[in-house]
Formats: sequence, structure tokens, C-alpha cells
Amino acid sequence: MLSTLQSASRRAALLLTVAVGSCLAASSIANAGTTLDAVKERGVLKCGTSIDVPGFGYPDSDGVLHGMDVDYCKAVAAAVLGDATKVDFIPLTTQTRFPALQSGEVDVLFRQVTTTFTRDTSLGFLSGPYTVIDGQGMMVPKSLGVTKATELNGATVCVTPGSNSELNIGDFFRAHNMEFTSIAMDSFDDMRRAFFSGRCDVFTSDRTYLGSIRVLSKNPDDFVVLNDVIAKSPLAPVVRQGDDEWYNIIRWVVYAPMIAEEVGVTSENVDEMLASSSSPRVQRLLGKQEGLAKGLGLSDDWAYNIVKMVGNYAELYDQNLGMKSAIKLDRGANNLYLNGGLLYPPPFL
Amino acid sequence: MTTFIQTQPIPAQPNPKKEELSLPRRYGKMLLGTPTNVFITVGCVVILWLVVPPLFRWLFSEAVWAGTPEECRQAAGACWPFIQEKFRFFIYGMYPLDERWRATLAIVILFGITGIAMVPRFWGKGLVLTWLAAIVGVFWLLLGGFGLPPVRTEMIGGLPLTLLLSLTVLPLGFPVGLLLALGRRSEFRLFRWISIAIIEAFRGSPLVATLFIASVMLPFFLPEGMTLPKLMRALAAFLIVAAAYIAEALRGGFQVVPEGQAEAAFSIGMKRWQILFLITLPQVIRHSIPGLVTIVVLFFKDTSLIIVIGMSDFLAAIQLASRDPAWIGFTVEGYVFAAAFYFTFCYVLSLYALRLERRRQNH
Repeated sequence: MLSTLQSASRRAALLLTVAVGSCLAASSIANAGTTLDAVKERGVLKCGTSIDVPGFGYPDSDGVLHGMDVDYCKAVAAAVLGDATKVDFIPLTTQTRFPALQSGEVDVLFRQVTTTFTRDTSLGFLSGPYTVIDGQGMMVPKSLGVTKATELNGATVCVTPGSNSELNIGDFFRAHNMEFTSIAMDSFDDMRRAFFSGRCDVFTSDRTYLGSIRVLSKNPDDFVVLNDVIAKSPLAPVVRQGDDEWYNIIRWVVYAPMIAEEVGVTSENVDEMLASSSSPRVQRLLGKQEGLAKGLGLSDDWAYNIVKMVGNYAELYDQNLGMKSAIKLDRGANNLYLNGGLLYPPPFL
Repeated sequence: MTTFIQTQPIPAQPNPKKEELSLPRRYGKMLLGTPTNVFITVGCVVILWLVVPPLFRWLFSEAVWAGTPEECRQAAGACWPFIQEKFRFFIYGMYPLDERWRATLAIVILFGITGIAMVPRFWGKGLVLTWLAAIVGVFWLLLGGFGLPPVRTEMIGGLPLTLLLSLTVLPLGFPVGLLLALGRRSEFRLFRWISIAIIEAFRGSPLVATLFIASVMLPFFLPEGMTLPKLMRALAAFLIVAAAYIAEALRGGFQVVPEGQAEAAFSIGMKRWQILFLITLPQVIRHSIPGLVTIVVLFFKDTSLIIVIGMSDFLAAIQLASRDPAWIGFTVEGYVFAAAFYFTFCYVLSLYALRLERRRQNH
């Protein structure tokens, strides 16, 4: 019942968002260059995030939030305020996230937002660099002996009727001239049960979600998430248009952990590296070159604070989505370009 | 001329004597007395046979009572360690760890004041004032300020939020509901129309829509820089909807009190407000109590709808608990636990309403 309720209200919310959003975009609230000042004055960052998405934003048994999006919120606070704990997490649903950003209730949105053309152009938003490169993937039983999606000719696929993922998977099979049978399921819970009981060969959804579903089976090792991505879903932070300084800060906060991983700085060795590393790249990142961060409006130790208090990208990914988490998702596309991934942070010069 | 169908009175018959059957025979007759009954009984037994043993196995014999999530995933039955591990999360939600004593105290106060309010002996002005004081106290405890470290409303969740929303709705919505009920009975057409419009608009539209408008649209209409915490927005939405329902419950009560009473009071020179507060209202309230308790039960369950605006009450906390990757997927156990909790609370309230009803009939 709740899910039908939610989907109905989601539709209503989308209409509301678009309607209100286009009004706001037209009138364009003039807040150029004020977000940073507002955050500093307030002494705390208001970060819109999720609290119900495994791996991105979820509470543990003590009610403390964890996840990739949550950690990136902390990184912004560490960079701007020098303290990763100075974050007010504003829990937002997929329906309330955009209005909350538009109305100024949050300073930045780290909430599993897929960057799309419409969101950037008609809602008055700017998307930052990708924090996680997600995409619609497929999970299959290992016993099928399949390693590539193109070997799935004749497979039975569980889909939710009318969803984007149903369209995408249909397009994929037709584009490769393959046959498939689709079984329509009402909810992800039903899909999960059908898949694990062997009624269908393929479970398709966002790859991060597939990862968290895989661990639900009695023998997670019997199932594999294929590397193929049949629809793109790059996730990025979102800010309001009209504040370039703040947008720049968010962009570089996303890059900093990636650059730290690139140059081998971790939360554990960061002090050591700061004291003894002779690499100019490390020195620049950690703020040894004075005045470098002035153009960003931050103190020179902003990136040091991020790495020290939150970690580098490998640490973030591993503890939230990767091998040290319960989701155990491969780095895949979310690896540095050096290791065959798609993360290609600009030079820190 | 009068014609009689029967000229003599019918001789008195003895009371139809109840068949004195032994217990087993009585039940035998009840369950298998007629072919229809045999059919129904057999049908029920088959259904029970199909449902109860698997349910028992899932709930008890094949359930895991202590262990890790991995052990739970191997088992066929329920995973009770999930409830054990997440219990404090159900209760406190994301309330800051160091301040949890405040949430505990708030729960105790809210349960306490509800318990007191259920005893007819305490009904009176004193109770209204105590209740208002309790609500102010609970808000202060939960939100902080005035000497206590402030806690953001977004962090308030779990049981205190459910109790706060459902148990403040009645006392705060009551005055508004009373005004609406009076307005609806008013002789002034404008008052009547406004009241009817408010009552019908909020009773006729889904609570989810009202909540959504309060949560999403309201910030756009507020003056720039002014933000109303989400909790207050949600509370306002619940309040106005509850007031609309309360107004209708009270209207029923008003219709029971005979017009003559007010006319008699008027004829001995009582003022209108005196008639209302001294004569009509006490009777109205007494007649409306079952309806008002129903509204509390209704709102106790409906509070879980705030999940759509991103707040996490008791039920939402149970859903959230299963989003922790370590314990993902044990939603059914959580829902069973939630069902037991809501059922207990609502059943107690229903029993109470039933008792009040009997009490009223005896008067």
C-alpha cells in the first residue's frame, strides 16, 4: 500500500517540482556568492541526503548515519568549516529533494541524484562531478555460466511494469537481436523472491542496488552482478544555479578524495605524508603551498581536512559500497583511470 | 360494533427454556449442527491447517533467536536478533546518543498523561491544564533550548515522534474542532460556510496530500529567510485534519442534546456562553468521547504517513532499520513487531472506548 502511495505522491511531487522549479528558475533567486558565507556564519552545513538507501545514506543501530552521500556531506563540512561533524543532515525523499534545494532548505544535495539534461536545464540546478558512477545492470545466477550480457539470449527477466528499467532492458535485448521473456513484478521485494527462487534468470536494477540485493540470498556467492551497464546513471551532487563560488567548492570537494587516492594519501598516512613527503603533488594537495586555496575561498588545509576526517576515495568506496561493506560491490567504473576505471580528476595545479 | 378476533387472553406460556446441553454437545451443535455449519467448520479447519503450522514454524520453531545476520539468512524462520539489535533504533530513531534520556522521559510523560486522562475521576479543568503543560514539557525535552542542548526536528523519530504527533493532536485540535463545530451550527451564513468549507476540504482530501502541501509547498509561501521546521509543518497538517474530524464528532454530540435545554436556560436569563459551557458542552463531550477515542486511534496509525515527507516515526524507523546493509532484508520481522505494537496500543484504546460507552449507557 505504501509503495502505491509513494508512487502516486511521487508523480504529484514531480509535477509540483517542475511547476515550482520553473517559476523559481525564471525569477532566479539572487544569491550569488552567498552560500559559503551563510554556511560559515551558521557554523554548520545543511546537507540534503537520504536516510533509507543502503550504501548511500542509512542509519546504524545507534541512529548514526553512514554511506557514500553522507560521507561526502562530511567532506564538504571538513573543507569549509574544518570539522566533519558540523553537518545537519536533512533527510530527503526522492519527492522532497529538489524542492528542498530550490527553497534553500539545504545548501547542497548529495542524494543519489542522477545527472540529466532536464534537471540541469529546467530546475535551476547545477550538477557537480560524479561521486559514484552507477548504471542499470543485471544480476544472474553463476550457474547460468554467463559472463557477458550479450550471452543472455532467451533469458527470463524479472521487471517492474512501466518502469524505466523495463524499457531499458527491452531496448537492450532488441538492439542485440536477442529473445527474452519478461515476468512483471509489482515490487522489488517480489522481484527479489522470484529471482532467488529461480523463477527468472535476470534481475535488473541499478548496480549499487543489485549489490545490496545480492547479499540477501542464502549464498551470495552463487550470484554475480555482470559488468555490463545497459543504462547510465551517474550520481552527482547538486547545487542551485547562480553561486559559482559554492559550485566550485563542491566540485573540488568531490575531486579531492580522488586526487588523494591518486597520490597515495590515506586518512591514516596523511599526517606522515604532510610531514615527510617530498612529492610536489602531495604537498600542493595538503596545503603546503600557501595561498593556493584562496581562489576557492577556503583555508589551505581544506583538502588535508577532508582526507584526515573522511578519507580518500578508495576508503570512502570500500567502507560504503566496496569490499569492506556488506554490499561488496566491485570498484568497476568507480576506479581511478590508472586502474582502468572512469575517475579522472583534473590535475591539482 | 366492535369485533374481536379473540375474546379471551392467550394463556401465559412458560419461558422458552434454554436447552441445557453439556459443553461438548453445545459446541458440537454450534459447529456441526447443520450442513452449512459443517461446511463452514471444515473450511475453517482446512484454512487454519494451511496457515497456522507454517506460521508457527516461521514465528517460533524455525526462527533464529540469537545470532548474526548470516545465521539468520541461512534459517527458514524469522530473524528475531534483528528486532533485538535494532530495538533501540525503533524507539529513539536518530535522536542524538547523549541526549536519549530526554526522549525516554518524553515517552514516559506522554504515556503517563494518556493513562491519567483515561481515568474519568480526573476529568476536569485540571486535566486540560496538566495535559497542555505535559505537551509543552515534552516539546521542550525533545527539541531542547532554554538550558537544554537543542536537537534538530529532523533527528526526532521513532516512538517519541509517533506518540507526540498522535497524543498532541487531540488536545490541540480540540479547540479548533470545537470552533469549527460551533461555526457549522452558527446562524451567520459566513461562519457556517467557512466552517463547512474547512471541514469538508480536509476530511475530503487525502491526508497524504495535506501533509505534502504542508511540507513541500508551505516553505515557498513563507517570507524569505523564515523557515518552519518540518515537524511543525507536519504537526500543523495533522492538527487541521484532526480538527475537521473532531468537529464532526462534536457535531454528532451537539445533535444529541435537546434544543429545549438551551431554550430553558435562555428563559431563566443565562448568557449564551454560559449555556454553551455550563449546559451543552459537558453533555456534548460526554456523548462524543467514543468518537474522539476513535480519532486518536485513527491518528495513532495515520502518523506513519509522515514517511512520505521524509520523517521517520515508529513504523518508518522499522523500515529504515532494514536499510542497514548488515541487516538488510528483514523487513517482515520488523512489520510483525510493528503490527504487534500498534495492535496492542489500539486494542487497549478500543477496549477503553467500549467501557466508556457502557458507562454512559448506565448513566
